[in-house]
Amino acid sequence: MPKTMTAMDEFAVKLANTVIQHRWLVIIATLLVTFLVASGTQHLKFSNNYRDFFSEANPELRAFEDLQSTYTKNDNIFFTIVPPDGEVITNETLSLVEELTEQAWQIPYSIRVDSLTNFQHTEAEEDDLIVENLVNGADSLSTEQLARVKSIALSEPLLRNQIISSDSRATAVNVVVQYPEKSLDEVPEAVTFARNLRDEMKAKYPNHEIRMIGVSMLNNAFQEAAMADSMTLIPIMYVLLLVLMAVTVRTVSGTTVTVLMIGFASAIGMGVLGFSGTPMDPMVLSAPTIIMTLAIADSVHILITMRNSMKDGMTKRDAIVEAVRVNFLAVMVTSLTTAIGFLALNFSDAPPFWHLGNVSAIGIVMAWILSVTFLPAMMSWMPVRAPKPAKANGQSAMAKLADFVVGHHKKLFYGIGAIGVILVAAVPRIEFNDQWTEYFDESIEFRRDSDYSTQFFGFYPIEFSVQANGEGGVSDPEFLQKMDEFTEFLRAQPNVTHVYSLSDIMKRLNRNLHSDDNEWYRLPDERELSAQYLLLYELSLPYGLDLNDRVNIDKSATRVTATLTNTSTIATKVFLDAARGWIAENAPEYMQTTVPTSAQVMFTYVAERNVSSMITGNVIAIIAIALVMMVALKSARLGLLSIVPNGLPILAAFGAWALMVGTVGFSVAAVASVSLGIVVDDTVHFLSKFVRGIREKGYDAAGAIKYAFEMVGMALIVNTVVLVIGFAYLATSHFKINADLGLLTALAIGLALLFDFLFLPALMLMGADKLFTGKTLEGGTDNVDQTA
Amino acid sequence: MLTKQHNTTSRTAIAAGLLIGLLAGLAFEPASAQNSAAEEKGFQIAARSDRSDTGFESSEVNAVMTLTNSAGRTSTRELYFKTLERENEDVGDKSLTVFETPRDVQGTALLSHAKILEADDQWLYLPALKRVKRISSANKSGPFVGSEFAFEDFTSTELNKYGYNYIGEDTFDGMTVDVVERFPRYENSGYTRQVSVVDQDIFQVRKIDFYDRKNSLLKTLTLSDYREYEGGIWRAHLLTMENHQTGKSTSIAYSDYKFKTGLADNDFVKGVLRRIR
Repeated sequence: MPKTMTAMDEFAVKLANTVIQHRWLVIIATLLVTFLVASGTQHLKFSNNYRDFFSEANPELRAFEDLQSTYTKNDNIFFTIVPPDGEVITNETLSLVEELTEQAWQIPYSIRVDSLTNFQHTEAEEDDLIVENLVNGADSLSTEQLARVKSIALSEPLLRNQIISSDSRATAVNVVVQYPEKSLDEVPEAVTFARNLRDEMKAKYPNHEIRMIGVSMLNNAFQEAAMADSMTLIPIMYVLLLVLMAVTVRTVSGTTVTVLMIGFASAIGMGVLGFSGTPMDPMVLSAPTIIMTLAIADSVHILITMRNSMKDGMTKRDAIVEAVRVNFLAVMVTSLTTAIGFLALNFSDAPPFWHLGNVSAIGIVMAWILSVTFLPAMMSWMPVRAPKPAKANGQSAMAKLADFVVGHHKKLFYGIGAIGVILVAAVPRIEFNDQWTEYFDESIEFRRDSDYSTQFFGFYPIEFSVQANGEGGVSDPEFLQKMDEFTEFLRAQPNVTHVYSLSDIMKRLNRNLHSDDNEWYRLPDERELSAQYLLLYELSLPYGLDLNDRVNIDKSATRVTATLTNTSTIATKVFLDAARGWIAENAPEYMQTTVPTSAQVMFTYVAERNVSSMITGNVIAIIAIALVMMVALKSARLGLLSIVPNGLPILAAFGAWALMVGTVGFSVAAVASVSLGIVVDDTVHFLSKFVRGIREKGYDAAGAIKYAFEMVGMALIVNTVVLVIGFAYLATSHFKINADLGLLTALAIGLALLFDFLFLPALMLMGADKLFTGKTLEGGTDNVDQTA
Repeated sequence: MLTKQHNTTSRTAIAAGLLIGLLAGLAFEPASAQNSAAEEKGFQIAARSDRSDTGFESSEVNAVMTLTNSAGRTSTRELYFKTLERENEDVGDKSLTVFETPRDVQGTALLSHAKILEADDQWLYLPALKRVKRISSANKSGPFVGSEFAFEDFTSTELNKYGYNYIGEDTFDGMTVDVVERFPRYENSGYTRQVSVVDQDIFQVRKIDFYDRKNSLLKTLTLSDYREYEGGIWRAHLLTMENHQTGKSTSIAYSDYKFKTGLADNDFVKGVLRRIR
């Protein structure tokens, strides 16, 4: 052992010896703690509410909750029905709709069903106002009656393009559901019932296409995607990484122990989540993957050093102690900084990110503790075959790489530097797109059904609670006039497929009460008249088809719903800004407080909200990491310098993504935090070996760089390959947020190795000569550099 | 409407009612000796309750309806009800509802001739239009002026609109009560069944749970502040309907009950609607 041991080294040696001495105690204690904490996993459940993606403080969520408590919740299941003959107004298809409408009332938690058949058609007949289902007894309608239904349906603003497509090729049955939100089984219960209903209808009316979308289906898809991932993606990924590891580290016992470490660390992280009572979302399911990658990184460093030491002729026991000593600092710093990076996810607005961050941080710290206790204890017990002694035939590949970097450091500095600058400059080109349907890949039924249904109907509602002037104000002619103008404005916007507005009902009633004279298809011009029409209309509506979800209780506001087709986040923003602009310019004072709201609005801003809060979090994390590095490397300058190789790969990865893909969902907000810690791992190991080369071995900068390459080069390559493959495999997730997250992180980790191998040494050899080979470091035997 | 309705107490009516109740019961469950006993007891409790306030002839009352949404916001409407009791048990009572506030519907009046199993006859007078419109609608299940009360909740207290089933004894609000299940027999009801709680002291309905078309608990009506009027007629003065699915609720507070006010059939014809106030 070298004479120049730091206090940290001494501690590591003591720890390793103690652990080996009392290895059974360590192993049993590890098992006990793991089983105790992991028992929390029995409380885990899958989340199925898209609202879980938003914190209680999210202003869009609050606006939407306000709207929902004023009117009704707008959770729904939306059946799209397409007959084979391209015409829905037939006896057969209408029978299907009539039957489905009737049966849909039986869907658990349903509170309202709207369809072509139960639409409350109003008609005047002398002094009678007739209110009845548009279709009664669909199978016995004559050709004339069918023609009448078709003409009413296609000219009715409430139906056209919402319940029946304007070309009459598709029709819809919309079921509004209201969950008590007491159990996570409610959504699957309703969805399962609805799917059975669909299957029954398809069996009875063959050749009819029946697809299901809606908020409930979306929520259910979150759960199904998470479950699908946990059934296939995660197990396959485990196997993949372990095979990779076994191949690279070439030790069966080492791989076995690592498997146990991964299992224990993940189980503890998820156990804590279970005890906290938080439901699992698709994002927190990435935590075991992240924990696994870091556990692998930790053990690869230790196992490779151990193997190399044995190759150099050390006994197994000595090699284990040496491996712990050499890597203790780097493994600790990596784990702590990575944990800090993950804890920074708590700055996000989205609770799933908090859970992901906290579970990962717990798991990472556990993996670290296990890697310096459980791992040495197990390795000292398990048989390890001593590798053949190293052949002294010339230079290793790592040494050659080091020579290359030292020899061409100027070219590398400018070349890689230029690439870095170009990539960073491309970052602003990245576009956010959070279309919830596209969070899922085509293997998820919801995605296929929504792609299909989008051909006929819009799926992204935007709600406006249009404010009137005080109680009963919705009947005010001026208000109705303004609301009608607003409705027309909304209808004229691109991507809008339908607008549901009270003004259409008012016009229809006015005509009905004037003997169905088309002259009277206009808004009533007296407040009393409108108020009394509404009263009359309300008195004649059946169960579940009332106006309570359209007009608030004191009739001081009414809900206008604009439905958008599949629209990008940017186009949605354009629409929302246009709507706000119209209100600001045209609406009277009392109407000015009208704001757009809906799940779609929430998702439109989810990226911005998360990204801005995450920037704060990451800046804090980077500063914290730099501080940890300063203390660990005992050098303020190196700590500061570490910001460059730590920050640059992440920014460059965003730049590369901007150039190659262009759009990304709000998962981008997590990439920096997830990759930061792993990127830091490269820097820490490289810089700590560099410092060791100078302080312990007395090399100059070039010599220390070569030493660092030889010491950790292989381990960093192994880690990077394993981690890049691991994260890239997340791209096969059924959930696009995870896929983007995986690919971007893989990119950042790959770039990090590139920068650490080719740019960081060049940077240190360039103008930084003075900084790092100054006399305090040149002294070499000084084991503490207090002045740095 | 909105007040307790009357029916004759003649033995034949009860017998007929029993028979119908039995038949209705048959539709729901296979008949057995036990079932028919429960049906008979259920019907008798409902009949006793109904019988306890017959003979009021006619009534007039003020009502304040308060609507509360799930955000806790409230809104009120004031109404005036006139009801004419009808001796014949095969036809429902006649009622006149006049809206007093909000001001923009003041003077709007609804005349209703209740029927037992078919849709009621309804006429609405719209003062702003100065016209009487007959509402032709089979719908009794919709909400009454945006409240949590469905139209059928008011008009459907008639004994023969339901089949019955006695469930058992329970305690409610410190009283010993009978629990009776009842099943709507008329078409287009929004309910599969209702569970009513009738006290054993003055035989009044204290609470009704309404179950929707999929047999989930939808609403609960609580009737309180019972007061006795001349001739042993009991009336609840506070009715609170709570919707469990939407979190909304509506209460109706009655005041100034008057009975035997001399109203007659010709006060409940289409023509009078224009002359109100």
